[in-house]
Amino acid sequence: MSFLLPCPHCGPRDVGEFSCAGEVTVRPQGSPSLRELTSYLYFRRNVAGPQREWWCHRLGCEQWFQAERDTRTNEVFGTWVAEPAGAAAPEAPPVPDTPAV
Amino acid sequence: MRLPPQPGERLQRDRETTFFFHGKPITAFQGDSIGSALFAAGQRVFSRSFKYHRPRGLLCCRGQCPNCMMRVDGVPNVRVCVEPAREGARVEAQNVWGSLSTDLLGVTDKIGGPFTPVGFYYRTMIRPRRAWPLYEKFLRSVAGLGKVDKHGRRSTRFDVEHRRAEVLVIGAGRSGLAAAERYASEGKHVVVVESDPLRLEGVDDAIEAIQGTAVGVYEGNLVPVDAGSVLLRFRAERIVVAAGGVEQPLTFPGNDLVGVLLPEAVRRLAGRWSLKPGDRAVVVAADGRALEVVPLLESTGAEIAEVVDLRTQRVREIAAKGRRGRVTAVRLDGEEVACDLLVMSGGRQPASALLAHAGASVEYDPGRGIFVPTDLPEGIEAVGAAAGDVGPATVPAATYNGASGKGKCFVCICEDVTDKDLKRAIAEGFDSIELAKRYTTVTMGPCQGKLCHVPSIRLYARENETDEETIGTTTARPTWQPVSLGLLAGRPHEPAQRTSIHHRHKELGATMMWTGTWRRPHSYGDPPGEAKNVHDAVGVIDVSTLGKLLVTGPDAAAFLERLYPNRFGDMKVGRIRYGVLGSDAGRIMDDGTIARLAEEQYYVTTTSTGADAVLEWFEWWNAVWGLELEIANVTGALAAVNIAGPRARDLLARLTDVDVSNEGIAYLDARAAHAAGVPALVLRIGFVGELGYELHFPSPYGEYLWDTILERGRDLGIRPFGLEPQRILRLEKMHILVGQDTDSESNALEASMPWIVKFDKDDFVGKWSLEQVQERGFRERLVGFEMTNGVVPPEGGQIVIDGRPGGRVTSSRWSEELGKAIGLAWVPPELAADGARLAIKVNGSIEHAEVRLRPFFDPEGEHLRS
Repeated sequence: MSFLLPCPHCGPRDVGEFSCAGEVTVRPQGSPSLRELTSYLYFRRNVAGPQREWWCHRLGCEQWFQAERDTRTNEVFGTWVAEPAGAAAPEAPPVPDTPAV
Repeated sequence: MRLPPQPGERLQRDRETTFFFHGKPITAFQGDSIGSALFAAGQRVFSRSFKYHRPRGLLCCRGQCPNCMMRVDGVPNVRVCVEPAREGARVEAQNVWGSLSTDLLGVTDKIGGPFTPVGFYYRTMIRPRRAWPLYEKFLRSVAGLGKVDKHGRRSTRFDVEHRRAEVLVIGAGRSGLAAAERYASEGKHVVVVESDPLRLEGVDDAIEAIQGTAVGVYEGNLVPVDAGSVLLRFRAERIVVAAGGVEQPLTFPGNDLVGVLLPEAVRRLAGRWSLKPGDRAVVVAADGRALEVVPLLESTGAEIAEVVDLRTQRVREIAAKGRRGRVTAVRLDGEEVACDLLVMSGGRQPASALLAHAGASVEYDPGRGIFVPTDLPEGIEAVGAAAGDVGPATVPAATYNGASGKGKCFVCICEDVTDKDLKRAIAEGFDSIELAKRYTTVTMGPCQGKLCHVPSIRLYARENETDEETIGTTTARPTWQPVSLGLLAGRPHEPAQRTSIHHRHKELGATMMWTGTWRRPHSYGDPPGEAKNVHDAVGVIDVSTLGKLLVTGPDAAAFLERLYPNRFGDMKVGRIRYGVLGSDAGRIMDDGTIARLAEEQYYVTTTSTGADAVLEWFEWWNAVWGLELEIANVTGALAAVNIAGPRARDLLARLTDVDVSNEGIAYLDARAAHAAGVPALVLRIGFVGELGYELHFPSPYGEYLWDTILERGRDLGIRPFGLEPQRILRLEKMHILVGQDTDSESNALEASMPWIVKFDKDDFVGKWSLEQVQERGFRERLVGFEMTNGVVPPEGGQIVIDGRPGGRVTSSRWSEELGKAIGLAWVPPELAADGARLAIKVNGSIEHAEVRLRPFFDPEGEHLRS
């Protein structure tokens, strides 16, 4: 891993400056069943191809953003500041998604 | 041996240096390499080969082959042909038992043949089975190249530099420089990297010239450049690979004899260093470029015995004959020609490895017999010989060992792999070149395939009755040139954070310890005494390492309510609450106190090691929620001390303008104040179990306030205390340490803090998982225990139930205050009852303990509220 990632605030930087929190997941609403909960917590799609993921510019602006990256080639198609939940979402990205861990 | 001054030589004959070869002084001119000076001094054998310990001499003279590797000033595997001669250097041969001229292991060359095929150590040396340890011991001692001095000290300080370039040109040959000049004329920032310093002479000022070796091309156009003691990590917008071509050896019996040279070696020996490579030369070449050495040799006064141009002359058999490892004659199709120098060339191959690293394909061009890079990725360019422009040449035969087939015919001189070894591998079924490479180790030696990759493919194609295109290449991987491990490891950087009071601790004789990246006082020499002083009088501890976050904004309360399992919205301004931060899986991540400083402002403290992770966690969730608030990390901006003990109130009264009565500042109250004139936040907290106040104040006042506290508390009996006494004190109160008493599976419920989880809140991070824990029932519980006989069990010690492991001790200490050995442990829920008996393994025997669910010290919290 030595590719460049364009931080929406700071521009292209070495990937070593960032921490990746994995693919974007959807946090369930209301009271999820055990199955829904474990699937949210522990199951990932783990795609071989373009994937939306969370990144934090840890050694830079310390801000979180989302990126679409090809997991096979590390080609980054775009990065953007996630549209927070509740706000009227314009076009992409449509779903205001939530970290799990 | 040195010729009289020649036109074009690269020597300064008026400047001499002296180095030592096995203790013998060798004189060199400025411009000489260690290798050329040794050659001038008459040295012809430079090393012994990897497996057969055959004598080897200069072959490529350009730092590619393994033949001249020696130990220089204790550093093994230095290619002396390109290592500049330097004053006082100590040079020694390596891989010899005895000397270069008489190597005892040379016997393997005479008798080893049938016994030492590829992988012999697993085949011929496996019987009798019980003798293997003996074989192994011997093999280990002779295996590998060069010895590392285990007791040697670091001889070089290595560093890493991060660099950028608009255009990075690798190689300063004709086409490399042309490309560099072209880009420079466009106004681009051009850097050219070249390992041969002579080629960098006269490079245009507009171009940055760096002497070094580009060792690979990595993702994102990252090119590490080995520049001696610095690794330059170049990030380039455009990479121009002008790495040139690699002259290929021919494969024939005796092709490794001393005196068999590649044309470049002749060019350098004669052209640069005015040395006479030999007296009577035979030249066998597949391209015109190699034939250019003929006039050069003539100019040295050498006699040209025979010139074979493979493009026009068809030769079936070449066999070099030697005496004591040095070439004496060559037989060309049965006709023997006496010589002491044999220049061979199988044409040049594009040096395409760097391009292959970058993702280019490498395809065989059967017409020219070369592997050409194609499909270059964006931003990568190839020029000159590296791109395939190597000039016309004939395709050499896979081998020239003719009918007789006598003598060893090396395909790979690094690893001593012969044509027979490869044929045997094919016979054994290694039908893919990738498998054969791993089995025979051809291309895996110091030259990294530069001299053996294509010859091995040619032989493979012939033996499999197919063509080179079908056989294909093996995957090219960095690094392209061997790199010293020290260069890759870089300079050891151990980031250390020190509090603003650090030097006072040192002056007080503290033993320092690491907590994360922080340096903290373990103790000031007397942990039990320091702890006792907190119980009896008053102590002070530097807690500046606590993470400190200011959360400010209209949604600050809602934000913390969503993040923590307990409530913060109903807190009054000026109050403090303990919080345990959990993940959505319910796992405990961190803990700390949270003070409400204003309606819309909270002051969150975290553990000393958790500050960064908590900040990241907060920012992440707010990237999702988009609540209206700001998070400021004031960890470094603020120092903090905790003064604790029955006399802490008296001390606080002397320091601050705060009403120190219980009405003025009660347990878990926060007050803004001035401490000895310094603006400070006073938090009444009781981590160590006694009446205590944390003072948080601007870091620059650290030493001043620390000194003032010690001075004004002197008659109260104040003593500083370190982390170790704090650990005893907090254990007496059963206060957990996240990471010590909890792990990645611990949740707040099972860690016996159910009071902190407010299930009636709509939602908080981890709520659902904690509900599931509640529903499924507890699997274990964190409880306190005291030993019945006072033995302190080890932390991490096992709790034994019916002879099986049933739990584990997470913390344990001797408490002087209680006169007991106490601790915390995870136990099955049925044992989580006051007075339950535990059996704990201590040094192999079983000791007993009783469970305690309430704090050992001051269970009612009277001291805290006093």
